[in-house]
Amino acid sequence: MKDAFGAPQSLLLLGGTSAIGLATARRLIARRTRTVWLAGRPSPELAAAAASLRALGAEVRVVPFDALDTDAHAERLGQVFAEGDVDLVLLAFGVLGDQTRDESDPAAAVRVAQTNYTGAVSAALVCAGALQAQGHGSLVVLSSVAGERGRRADFIYGSSKAGLDVFAQGLGDALYGTGVHVMVVRPGAVRTAGRPDAPLSTTPEAVAGAIELGLRRRSETVWVPGPLRLVASALRHVPRPLHRRLPV
Amino acid sequence: MAVEPLVLDDDFVPLTGAGRTAPSLALLARPRSAAAVAGVVLGRGPRGAVARGRGRSCGDAAQNAGGTVLDLTGLDRIRGLDAAAGLVVCEAGAELGFLARALLPYGLQPRTGAGGWTAGGAVASGYGAGVEALELLGADGESRTVRRGDPVFEATVGGLGLTGVVLSVTLALRPVETAFLRERTARFRDADALLAHWAGPDAPREPYARARFELAGRGRAVLTTAAPVPYGELPRGHRARRAPLAPPSFLSGLRSPGGLRPLPGLARHARVAGSYGSGAGGLGPGAGGYGSGTGAFVRYRCAVPGGREEALRGLLALLAHRRSPVRAARHARVERVYAAGAGPLAFPVRGWSLGFDVPAGVPGLGRFLDGLDERVAAAGGRVHLAEDARLRPALLPVMYPRLDAFRGLRAALDPRSAFRSDLSRRLGLQK
Repeated sequence: MKDAFGAPQSLLLLGGTSAIGLATARRLIARRTRTVWLAGRPSPELAAAAASLRALGAEVRVVPFDALDTDAHAERLGQVFAEGDVDLVLLAFGVLGDQTRDESDPAAAVRVAQTNYTGAVSAALVCAGALQAQGHGSLVVLSSVAGERGRRADFIYGSSKAGLDVFAQGLGDALYGTGVHVMVVRPGAVRTAGRPDAPLSTTPEAVAGAIELGLRRRSETVWVPGPLRLVASALRHVPRPLHRRLPV
Repeated sequence: MAVEPLVLDDDFVPLTGAGRTAPSLALLARPRSAAAVAGVVLGRGPRGAVARGRGRSCGDAAQNAGGTVLDLTGLDRIRGLDAAAGLVVCEAGAELGFLARALLPYGLQPRTGAGGWTAGGAVASGYGAGVEALELLGADGESRTVRRGDPVFEATVGGLGLTGVVLSVTLALRPVETAFLRERTARFRDADALLAHWAGPDAPREPYARARFELAGRGRAVLTTAAPVPYGELPRGHRARRAPLAPPSFLSGLRSPGGLRPLPGLARHARVAGSYGSGAGGLGPGAGGYGSGTGAFVRYRCAVPGGREEALRGLLALLAHRRSPVRAARHARVERVYAAGAGPLAFPVRGWSLGFDVPAGVPGLGRFLDGLDERVAAAGGRVHLAEDARLRPALLPVMYPRLDAFRGLRAALDPRSAFRSDLSRRLGLQK
C-alpha cells in the first residue's frame, strides 16, 4: 500500500535496465519500497541492475519480459500481480532508434514503433486491469517531449511516444474514480554519457525526483524540468515554416 | 440464519480517512441489520472486508482496496439503557455525540467524550474507557459477546477492526449533574515552563486537561483544564439552574462567561467536540486543529511513557525548530494519559500523548516524521495506528512489543484473514 505521501511499498519496473527506471527505484527504495520486480529481457545488464538494487536492501525479483512479445504479456505480468499487490507500475521501456538509419530501413522503424507504442499499449492495459482489480495503485508512463510536436530530427521515435502519450492520457481518464492513478511523465532530452548537452535537458535522477513528487501530489502530467511545459506550449503554436527552421 | 441480500445501493467508491490521503476503491456495503452484516461478511470477495464508521480517523484503517467495506452507520440504534446501573447498549454505528445527547436527560454520559466518532469506531481505534462488553461478529458470520478481561475483548479494543465486526457496545456511563464543564486556562512562556508545572506537585487536579504548544512564533504554551460542574456551582441566575440537564444551546458551544462549556460530546461544533481527549478514565479521540481545511493532511499522534519527559521535550523542540516542516501545523497538543491500554495493539501508554495535524503537501514532511518515529520508539513510545497513514512497517514490532500476540490471536480467530484493511496490508498485520 502507498502511504500518505504516495510512497509505494512495491514497484514493478517494466524495462528493468532503464536508467530513469532504476534511478526512480533507487529513490523509492530510500523511502518505503521493499519489493521490486524488474521486468526485462534477460541479460547481464538486467542481472547487474537487480544486484545493485538488492545492495540497497530491497527484495528484487526478475521477470522475463519482452515488449515485442505482446502475446506473453498477460501471462508474464499476471504472475507478478498473483504474488501480491503492486503499488506502482513504472512503464519505462522504450528505444530511441537511429533516425537516419531507420528512415531507410522501414523494418527497423517499425520495431521502434512496436516497442514504444504497441508493446507499451499491451503492457499498460494488462497492468491497468490488474491495478483496477486490486483497487489501488499508480501507473506511471514515461512519455517524451519528442511526442509533443513532430520534428525532423526524431519523428519516428517522437510519433511512437505521441501515440503512447495520448493512450496514457485516455487510460488515465478511463481509470479515474477507480482508485488507480495514471501519471504521464514527459522528460526533455535525458543527459547520458553519449549525448551532448541540450538546453532544458535533464538527468535520470531529476526525472526520478519529479516522479516521486508527482506520486505525492497524484499529478496527472509531469514535465521534467518543469519549465519545459511552457516551452513546449509555446512551440506548439509556432507556424510550421518557422518550426521547420528552428534548431530544436 | 436468514441472510438478507445486499441492498441495491452497495457501490464501488473511493474511500479515504479524514486526512484525505491515499484513496482506494472498495465495495461499500451499507447493512442495516446484524443479519445483513453477517451476509456481507460471508459473501466477501478474496480481498476481505473491514468495518467503517464515520471515517473520522485520519489513516487508512477503514479502507480496503479492492475488497468490501461495511459502512455501519446504518446500525445506530440504542438497544437498551439501565439507568440505575449506568449501563447502555448501543449498536456500533451510533455516534458518541448522539449518545451523549440522548443520555443527558438521565444524568448520564459516556466516559469517552467525543462527538463525531461511532461507538464501534472508537472501540476499534482503542478508546476503551467504560466499554464493558462487545458483540463481535467473526469471519464465520457468527456473533458472540466478549467481556472486559477476555483476550479477544482486549485485542478488539484498538484492534483496528481486524478481529471482527463490532455489532454493539455496552458502555458503563458516568453520572453528571449538569451539562457543563468549568474551564480554566493557564498561559506559559514556553513548553518547558508548562511541562515543569504539569509534572510538578501543583499540577492541575481536574479530570480533563490538555495543552497547546505554539510551534511557530514565540513558542508559547497554554494549559486548559476542566471539570464537570455540580449543580450547586452553577452561577446564580444561569439558565441551566432551571434545567441543568437540558442540552446546551448552540451558543454555549462557544465560551460563555464564567468559563462554562458544554460537556465533551455535547458541543455541536466540530472544533469544540472532542476537544478534551484525556479524561480520568483514559484517552479519548481528539479533534485536531487542522481537520476543517480542504486539503489532505497527516495526523501524527504518539505516546511517550511517563518518566521520559526529556524525550517529550526533545520532540517538542524538534517540532518547533526553525526548519521543521511541522511548523506548518501551527500547534501541537499534549495530554496526560493516566491509564495504559490493556490490549496488544492498545495505543495508550501511561504518561503523555502528543499530536498535531500537518498539511500533507509540506516538503520534507515524510522524512521528518520518520525521524520522529525513531525518537518515539527509542523513548519506549508508540504511534497511534488508527490515525497512522505512513509508519515504516519495520518499527511496528519495536513500538508494539506484543504484536506477535495480536498476530497469533488473529490467526486463531480469523485463519483466512477475512478482515483486512489497507492499514493491515501496509503494515503487514496480516499474513
